[in-house]
Amino acid sequence: MSTSATNNEQRTPNTEPAVSFAGIEKSFFGVKVLKGVSFSVGAGHIVGLVGENGAGKSTLMNLLGGNLQPDGGELRVNGQPYAPKNPNGARAAGIAFVHQELNLFPNLSIAENLFLTDFPRVGGGAPWIDRRALRSGTVDLLNQVGLTHSADTLVERLAAGERQLVEIGKALAAEARVIILDEPTTSLSVRECERLFELMEQLRARGLTLIYISHALGDVLRLCDDLVVLRDGELVGAGAAKEFDHDRLVSLMVGRQLSQLYPVRKKERLAPPVESANPLLEVRSITQPGVVRDISFSLAAGEVLGISGLMGAGRSELARILFGLDPHASGEILLEGKPLDGKPPRRIGRGLAFLTEDRRQEGLCMEASIADNLALVTLARHAHTPARWLNFSEIKNVVGRMREAVRLSPSARDAQPVRTLSGGNQQKVVLGKWLLAEPRVLILDEPTRGIDVGAKFEIYQLIHQLADRGAGVLVISSEIEELIGICERILVMRQGQISGEFTREQFDREKILAAALPASKT
Amino acid sequence: MTTAAPTTNHEQQTTNKVVGSEYFVLLLCLTAFAAFAPFTPGFVTSDNLWSILISCLPLLLLATGQTIVLITAGIDLSVTAIIGLSSIVGALVMGGDQGWLRGNPAAMPVALVAMLATGALVGFFNGACIAWLRMPAFIVTLTSMMFFSGLAVWLAKTTVNAESIYNLPTTFLALSRHAWLAALLAVLATLTAHLLLSRTLVGRWLYSVGHNPRASLVSGVPVSGVTVNAYVLSGLFAAMAAILLTARLETGSPNHGKALLLDVIGAAVIGGTSLFGGKGKVLWTVYGVIFLSLLGNGLNLLNLSDFLITIIKGAVILIAALLDVWRNKLVRGS
Repeated sequence: MSTSATNNEQRTPNTEPAVSFAGIEKSFFGVKVLKGVSFSVGAGHIVGLVGENGAGKSTLMNLLGGNLQPDGGELRVNGQPYAPKNPNGARAAGIAFVHQELNLFPNLSIAENLFLTDFPRVGGGAPWIDRRALRSGTVDLLNQVGLTHSADTLVERLAAGERQLVEIGKALAAEARVIILDEPTTSLSVRECERLFELMEQLRARGLTLIYISHALGDVLRLCDDLVVLRDGELVGAGAAKEFDHDRLVSLMVGRQLSQLYPVRKKERLAPPVESANPLLEVRSITQPGVVRDISFSLAAGEVLGISGLMGAGRSELARILFGLDPHASGEILLEGKPLDGKPPRRIGRGLAFLTEDRRQEGLCMEASIADNLALVTLARHAHTPARWLNFSEIKNVVGRMREAVRLSPSARDAQPVRTLSGGNQQKVVLGKWLLAEPRVLILDEPTRGIDVGAKFEIYQLIHQLADRGAGVLVISSEIEELIGICERILVMRQGQISGEFTREQFDREKILAAALPASKT
Repeated sequence: MTTAAPTTNHEQQTTNKVVGSEYFVLLLCLTAFAAFAPFTPGFVTSDNLWSILISCLPLLLLATGQTIVLITAGIDLSVTAIIGLSSIVGALVMGGDQGWLRGNPAAMPVALVAMLATGALVGFFNGACIAWLRMPAFIVTLTSMMFFSGLAVWLAKTTVNAESIYNLPTTFLALSRHAWLAALLAVLATLTAHLLLSRTLVGRWLYSVGHNPRASLVSGVPVSGVTVNAYVLSGLFAAMAAILLTARLETGSPNHGKALLLDVIGAAVIGGTSLFGGKGKVLWTVYGVIFLSLLGNGLNLLNLSDFLITIIKGAVILIAALLDVWRNKLVRGS
């Protein structure tokens, strides 16, 4: 039994735990994913659920949310046995699940999204929607979550953080008493996170129970009352949040002491840097109206340069311009002293590589195999004229070696579709695909988003290895700690322009953040 | 999240293995054959089987070209119009009383080139609109179909003032008199398509574009070029089908193959090529073509009326699409 059960009973002696798991077991195709997990969640608490990808968090929450049924064990809600056959059963029991990939319809309005399954009808039952009740109900919910948009605003006009709040509004509309939030902050800016956390504390004050799944351990420690740590389908830690600290959480999650989160960069490089007057990549006054303005910077061979900034600052847009996916009105880009232009295939040929922000949409062919994805960029190298016949054994070798180099999960078969891999492994496939091209400049946009601690470390190592071999690496990230951990220099962008530059000695989390925030209006 | 598969008993596992297997459609063909054989008079004669084989060749060529386009998550509805236009162009070069090269020994080769070029050009037009103008494949090829079949009729009417053109050179008609020539052409073309898809760079690019054109673009795949290529190939295959049909029916006509359009897509879908792109093989399409041809021939020999045959074929294609969904679910579960 878990400690939090005892804690909860001491705190609220007459209330049943909002949710309790007893001996929950679940297997997929003979593989045990949950091996007898037991803990309780006290009513009116915010409980953090942490664990590496693959630890079983999503499965556990899918059981609670009615998407799956357990193979063994018992679930209880408010002390009553709870066994939903589908998400409707969960909704009826007052459980709402806000998924990481939001389930909103961008082409519909906020009001329509909120009441999609339960529109208020004229006179209670007639087949016409009561527009007035719809609007007032929506306004009420929007007030509760702190949004000021009109009820008819189309969801596609909302920013990620605002959509997140609408999702929570949906949960409130369904009169949920327990809300599960799965990685809600991965697409949010700092300000949007703060707003979310405020809302969560308000909801807790109203007596709702919140289960918060996240890799952002700092947020979890700050926000939650209790914590539950899963590893490999088992409960390895549970209790009040103040009994844990960051290092203890990490070592529980990973099962070993991680002496550091970021690899130490070797001073000696494998390939001596070319001492030349020209930097590897030079960006001069790149301007695209409405997107970026007068961007100038340089990147040296072997350097890891970070780009920080809030969402909407233009970082990803800059990366797309550098890679040739989007045009720019003026300015020039020089690679190894020569002008860089043309569409992506030409730039890839010159040595550019780009790991995009959204691996599902632009990084991977989800239904294609691991091998196909790994080989995609460099496929032409194995094609022999005249018919561009492919040398499959060569490709297999090369792919096999890269799999090992990125330490892809050995149990994954080459022919498996990439969609079956965890987020960390998927990202390794994308990275491996680009590493095979032996790029001169690698641009990474949010390379460790949605990835567990162990995989992050491995990706940082790969970045450093690449830089040690003489490449230049540009890392765009919303996690300032990450940039401080792996970069030598950090640029900050704000509203389409560069607002600050920090060398290693000047690294200071607050100053970097300050450079990213819009100037205060006095 | 993968949905958990229910624990299956042995029976269900075998069914799943059979349905999900690559050779499922081949099995269907054998089943259809076995089903028709005892009940259908004249089915299992060598004449009949040979005639099924020969008559399915144009469909095979069309369906192969269509498979290439389907793999890129596109569709080519204009193939029957390409046949008509190609047929008229070829006949205008080599046949009729006013054929441009009528009587000239170079007539046939020039005509063949002209027919293939017609297919390639229409395909290029389709591909360009889809890849560069970003228009949806359905609309582009549908309007192409209307435009080019109309053009074929217009060409015939204005040049020879007739709907069809006869008197094609005997060298050309050898393609139908010596059926094995036609078979050879079709087999070679199909084999080339198979090798293209399975062994070349362009083949891998076609699948990649079908899976995710955006990721392909970022990864350096020349998405526009690959798309145009797919439609040019489809046009070429349609032109080849035009050659066979024009030879067999011994006339150049804008109407050849008009009835084949649904069979083409049906055969590809039955074979297992996905309408959503990224998945398809020429071999599967071959099985699909054989199955549909067996079915049509058998029902015909049973003296069912044409529209009844159409109803049955339509139902079969619908079931094939449902089976495709079922097979996808199985593959996902494993």
